[in-house]
Amino acid sequence: MPLNSRIPAGELAQKWGTYKSTCKLVNPANKRSIDIIVVGTGLAGASAAATLAELGYNVKTFCFQDSGRRAHSIAAQGGINAAKNYQNDGDSVFRLFYDTIKGGDYRAREANVHRLAEVSGSIIDQCVAQGVPFAREYGGLLSNRSFGGTQVQRTFYAAGQTGQQLLLGAYSAQMRQVALGKIKEYTRHEMLDVVVIDGKARGIIARNLITGEIERHGAHAVLLCTGGYGNVFFLSTNAMGSNVTAAWKAHKKGAYFGNPCFTQIHPTCIPVSGDHQSKLTLMSESLRNDGRIWVPKKQGDTRKPNEIPEEERDYYLERRYPAFGNLVPRDVASRAAKERCDAGYGVGASKMAVYLDYAAAIIRYGKIELNKQGISNADEATIIRLGKEVVKEKYGNLFDMYEKITGENPYEIPMRIYPAVHYTMGGLWVDYELMTNVPGLYALGEANFSDHGANRLGASALMQGLADGYFVIPYTIGNYLADEIRTPKIDTNQKAFEDAEQAVREQINHFINIKGQHSVDYFHKQLGKIMWDKCGMARNAEGLKQAITEIRALREEFWKDVRVPGTADEFNPELEKAGRVADFLELGELMCIDALNREESCGGHFREEYQTEEGEALRQDDQFMYVAAWENKGKEGWQLHKEDLVYDVIHPSQRNYK
Amino acid sequence: MQHSTINLNLKVWRQKNAKDSGRFETYKAENISTEMSFLEMFDVLNERLINEGKDPIAFDHDCREGICGMCSMHINGRAHGPWQGTTTCQLHMRAFKDGETITVEPWRAQAFPVIKDLTVDRSSFDRIQQAGGFVSVNTGNAQDGNALPIDKDKADASFAAAACIGCGACVAACKNASAMLFVSAKVSQYALLPQGEPERNTRVMNMVAQMDKEGFGACTNTGACEAECPKEISISNIARLNREYINAQMSL
Repeated sequence: MPLNSRIPAGELAQKWGTYKSTCKLVNPANKRSIDIIVVGTGLAGASAAATLAELGYNVKTFCFQDSGRRAHSIAAQGGINAAKNYQNDGDSVFRLFYDTIKGGDYRAREANVHRLAEVSGSIIDQCVAQGVPFAREYGGLLSNRSFGGTQVQRTFYAAGQTGQQLLLGAYSAQMRQVALGKIKEYTRHEMLDVVVIDGKARGIIARNLITGEIERHGAHAVLLCTGGYGNVFFLSTNAMGSNVTAAWKAHKKGAYFGNPCFTQIHPTCIPVSGDHQSKLTLMSESLRNDGRIWVPKKQGDTRKPNEIPEEERDYYLERRYPAFGNLVPRDVASRAAKERCDAGYGVGASKMAVYLDYAAAIIRYGKIELNKQGISNADEATIIRLGKEVVKEKYGNLFDMYEKITGENPYEIPMRIYPAVHYTMGGLWVDYELMTNVPGLYALGEANFSDHGANRLGASALMQGLADGYFVIPYTIGNYLADEIRTPKIDTNQKAFEDAEQAVREQINHFINIKGQHSVDYFHKQLGKIMWDKCGMARNAEGLKQAITEIRALREEFWKDVRVPGTADEFNPELEKAGRVADFLELGELMCIDALNREESCGGHFREEYQTEEGEALRQDDQFMYVAAWENKGKEGWQLHKEDLVYDVIHPSQRNYK
Repeated sequence: MQHSTINLNLKVWRQKNAKDSGRFETYKAENISTEMSFLEMFDVLNERLINEGKDPIAFDHDCREGICGMCSMHINGRAHGPWQGTTTCQLHMRAFKDGETITVEPWRAQAFPVIKDLTVDRSSFDRIQQAGGFVSVNTGNAQDGNALPIDKDKADASFAAAACIGCGACVAACKNASAMLFVSAKVSQYALLPQGEPERNTRVMNMVAQMDKEGFGACTNTGACEAECPKEISISNIARLNREYINAQMSL
């Protein structure tokens, strides 16, 4: 099947406007007889479900958590970007577009990203109208802060809990539609297959996680808003339940998977403390606004951080990247931390950490407070006390979290941080309308591949999730459904539903009956280690080839030797995990294949063979300026399809943050 | 941070499903690193139970960052355990001493029926939210985000209430199993903002009515909810809820 991104013709800045004025519409009476399934209730899913229900469609939402409000979007800390230019610092739609394309290392579609920047302002307006309590200045207007990879202040936030507040806003809109009867919600349900009839997505198979019942649900369109697949690494900042299963089942039913190897390693996470580690905790990138990152200048320095004098500290980001300093994009900051630790300058017990230091910021804020409060002749203790109060107001919840996890007080001792898997730019391939190559099957938010190229900028995930749900899909889905108004309610007694249900039942029974030696986590941890060591922050051809062999062997062992306790017809979290890890074991292989195929370094994908003399990512634009869309061929593996990326407006250059 | 290992006795509530009557069972947790989170200690225990061919303990958890509100263990008689302002997932084992016996129960409340072991059904919270926890604004209707300045103090107070994670600890901690702290936090978030004004009266009336319908108990101002809330939501929100409710009744 040839890939058609269906990008509208015309000038870049006019494409979305033209599209909206010319796409097909579904009249209100017809909307009432059209059913839409939304899988996942994070920012993309909740916003899409609420908006489509407001328009009059009948919506069913599915989530594996006990409430829509718990989707992992809730954990996003730092903020949401929007090109409002409230700060009068030179921001514009074009700059947000440009920063995002550049931040993504020229591997994203211009038209999608421009649309994202265009709708960004409306997202803020909508959220404010919903009662989202954003941070404000004393004049009552919205406050902004800066984030990595940009030189303007365009990030809106609610303390360190922006994702929570935005999700609760979208969730409240969703709950309103539940009350109005336009959304029927299915919580503690997991989608286990998508049903395709005559080439079109017509429904899903889901398991009721409490009773174990297998259910059929039909619809005229299916939206996968199921997030990313960072948990393939076992240790990531994702929630424990975050998984690839919905996207992977769609992939196996024909949907292409785009750029699977594009993984974001976030630079500021709390380091691993031992083998028991179950997940990693992110410290918001916003901390890099005020914190300074450093390691000792001496290798293997065992002194406590506060005993190391200023002149013996290496503020390596400020040294290497004077223009952006501690605010370089995530991929650059992560690799720089790895480089210092690998070279023997790491700190803490594991030596796999760097310091994030707030001492200078505390003094700086303390002095500003002195001026504000008109205090003169203050001693240093007063300055520090006032500074700590300001830092507490800005980052208090993050500092508290750090202290709970590590037992150390970050107001007194620099935090130890290390990069961790955080976000996946790759995902289901979608066209401009967010539709996969399977008609009627859409992917929104992190689940699709579309807007962040090879690296996502901070505070852009929330923007994309809500852009897709509130402002893109309500238009683009009509363009498809306008031709479906004559399709009656989907009959779930059709053979395709029966077959899909049967396959789901067989897989579940198979898991229960293996009765092997090892738990699901045993396999998941091994997969994670292979992925982190060989398909993580730095990759090379030899390692990737080994990883592919190792993953295949592990997968075989898993299917022979996994132990799933309990039964299929009860609440059984181990059974849920088994299904998810089975899919990760296939995805992991595809990620390595994609990473091996992409013989260049770009954004979060760093092939050791392709770097500049200074160790920066070296793209190979003549060969790899394309989206790698992989088609699943079952036992034969995968076939690569290429969507060439065309830059009409921006001229790709080597990213320079110096 | 210095870390060491400790041995513990665990008394854990086991209940096969909603119909089962349930009972405590005792487990030994050995060589537990004090760097572990409480849930990682349960991971270690469950791994052992699976290897021994036993049924692992079911418990709710997801983000393990203290924000999703999914985790919900009643530990030594306290919702989310001994640390102030901390969810179960953020509680770490350095809170406990070597040789200690720890009792772990699910949330206890009529409106939160047990699903299995330590997992309960909190869908009653969703239904309270559906009754009025929203601003009726369809997508696309919004004016510019800065068109309406909001007093910073009010915006901050609204945020402090909106920080509720809906975990249900307030209900579990309350001798009456009252959901007043949860409901008051949501009512307060909107009551403090101009966006909440048009539906101010119907919101509070409908949410309180739904709360009563779900079988939550009455509030007797004991304050256990505030003391145990992992997000330290203030009980002053309950006072605000009461004022809002009275004002709404008067304006009927």
